[in-house]
Formats: sequence, C-alpha cells, structure tokens
Amino acid sequence: MRKVKVYITLKEGVLDPQGKAVQNSLESLEFGGVKDVRVGKYMELMIEDSKDIDKEVDQMCDKLLANPVIEDYSYTIEEVV
Amino acid sequence: MKFAVVVFPGSNCDRDMYHAAKDALGAEADLVWYKEADISGYDAILLPGGFSYGDYLRSGAIAATSPVIEQIRQAVEDGKPVLGVCNGFQVLLEMGILPGAMLKNEKLKFMCHFENLVVENAETMFTREYEAKEVISIPIAHGEGNYYCDSETLEELRANNQIAFTYENNPNGSVGDIAGITNKEGNVLGMMPHPERAVETLLGSEDGLRLFQSILTHWRNTHAINA
Repeated sequence: MRKVKVYITLKEGVLDPQGKAVQNSLESLEFGGVKDVRVGKYMELMIEDSKDIDKEVDQMCDKLLANPVIEDYSYTIEEVV
Repeated sequence: MKFAVVVFPGSNCDRDMYHAAKDALGAEADLVWYKEADISGYDAILLPGGFSYGDYLRSGAIAATSPVIEQIRQAVEDGKPVLGVCNGFQVLLEMGILPGAMLKNEKLKFMCHFENLVVENAETMFTREYEAKEVISIPIAHGEGNYYCDSETLEELRANNQIAFTYENNPNGSVGDIAGITNKEGNVLGMMPHPERAVETLLGSEDGLRLFQSILTHWRNTHAINA
C-alpha cells in the first residue's frame, strides 16, 4: 500500500476571492504581515502498489481531482508499512 | 419535438426546466434519471441547475464522470441542441465540452436576483428569436458563477462568436462579463442565468421563453428541410 498526498492549488494568475477573504480576516486579527493567502485542497489516497503509480496518480489528477483550467497539483507518495 | 431533462442526485431546477419545455413551450418533455437514462430518442437535452452530488470536489465535477455523460457526448456529436443552465453549465465545463471553468463569485456571496443580459449572438439555435444586442431580464442563482478562461481562450470565444450572452452589470466577476457561451459548432449552450425561471409574466419575466422557442424553431426548420 502507498499513501499518496495530493495538493491542489489555484494556478498563479487565477484570482482567489476565498484566499483574499481569509487574508482580510487575518488582518483584522492584527496579523498585518500576511501579504497573500491562497486556499487549496489536500487529499489522501490509499493506493495498492503498482509500478506505474506515478502515471496513475497523474491521470487521476488530470481527469478528476484537479481542474487543469484553473488548478495545479502536486503529490508525494509514501510507503505504508 | 422531445426534450429530455437529465436529473442528477442534487439537481433542483429540473422541474422548472421540465415546466418550461412542457407547459410554457408546449413541447414533449420527460424527466430522465441519470442512472436509467436512455436519451438517444430525444431531440434536445436539457441539463438543469442545482447541486449535483452536493457540489463535492468542484461544482459539476462528479456528475461529469457519471455513465449518462457518454450519451450526452453522443448527443453533442450528433449535433442535437444541448442546453446546460447553472449547474448544467458547470457540468458541461467539467466535461470539457465547453472551454473554461467556474470560480467562486468575486464577492463570495450566493446571489439570487434578476440580471440584465445582453444577447451577443442572436444567430445561434438558442437565440434566434432574440434581436442582436437586445437586453433581456433573466434571474441568476449561484455561488460559483464567476466564469474563468485564459486570455487566449477569451479571444477564441470572441473570434468564433461563441459568446451568446453577457451581463450588463457583471455581478460575479466573470471574465469578459460572460453569462453564456456556446461550443464552436453552436449546438451546445451553457449559461449561468436561468431562462427556465423566466417563461411567464407571473414569474417576473418571460424573456427566457424565446430561448426555448428558438430551439423549437430551429428543430422545425431542420426537419422541414430534411423531410
């Protein structure tokens, strides 16, 4: 078994109104040093071992987990003992 | 002419869409549950608004992987009119049938009110009963209707006359004030505003009815030619 951790973020250049709202809230809590916030998604997938796991996860991200028009993704694969 | 309204778990404008096609327009229409759907015998496909699969992951993303989608792709390929409203538009974007994606509204609020739309292209099978540049009143009801595409795609949409409707006063931050777009071939229209909620004066506007009449007129004309 492998644990795949997938991080999905809005592409640079795509405005993130949610991130902006979070930044404003941080500001009102007097964390004025925060200059930008981008909100993303994090997913954990437990996947059976296979030699093409990278390729498989890429396809999952391209087809469903992320929307390549507005989002970028990255992931890490860990062995589960 | 027979319309199919495809119902997904979480669709909630399906009956409005059915009412528009059946009662306001006076055509034949059926509600078809996405699992049992055989839509091959229908002349036009309507994808209603709502929150298919609770908007899990992204609006429209899960519905865009359901089995009925292959049949919808076939209808698109066959040149049948396919109209996606609100969540239906989001499904068409997630399917990649229409370019672009939806972001949360600029002000992050769910908005539900009438908007003025400008008919940018009155020559599509969905808009032929309108005048070019006519301003019509159609309600919106969405939290994620902020249409996004890159500048290259926007240029392409403009060059191919794929922008069917724009907002007179952009409520949600959509690029190019876009409210509705068609595919290149012109037989698929996706729009965030709800024409099916504006088909009789009792509802506050009947400006949406002509969209359905356009589909019917187009169908009659093509069938008269083929017959």
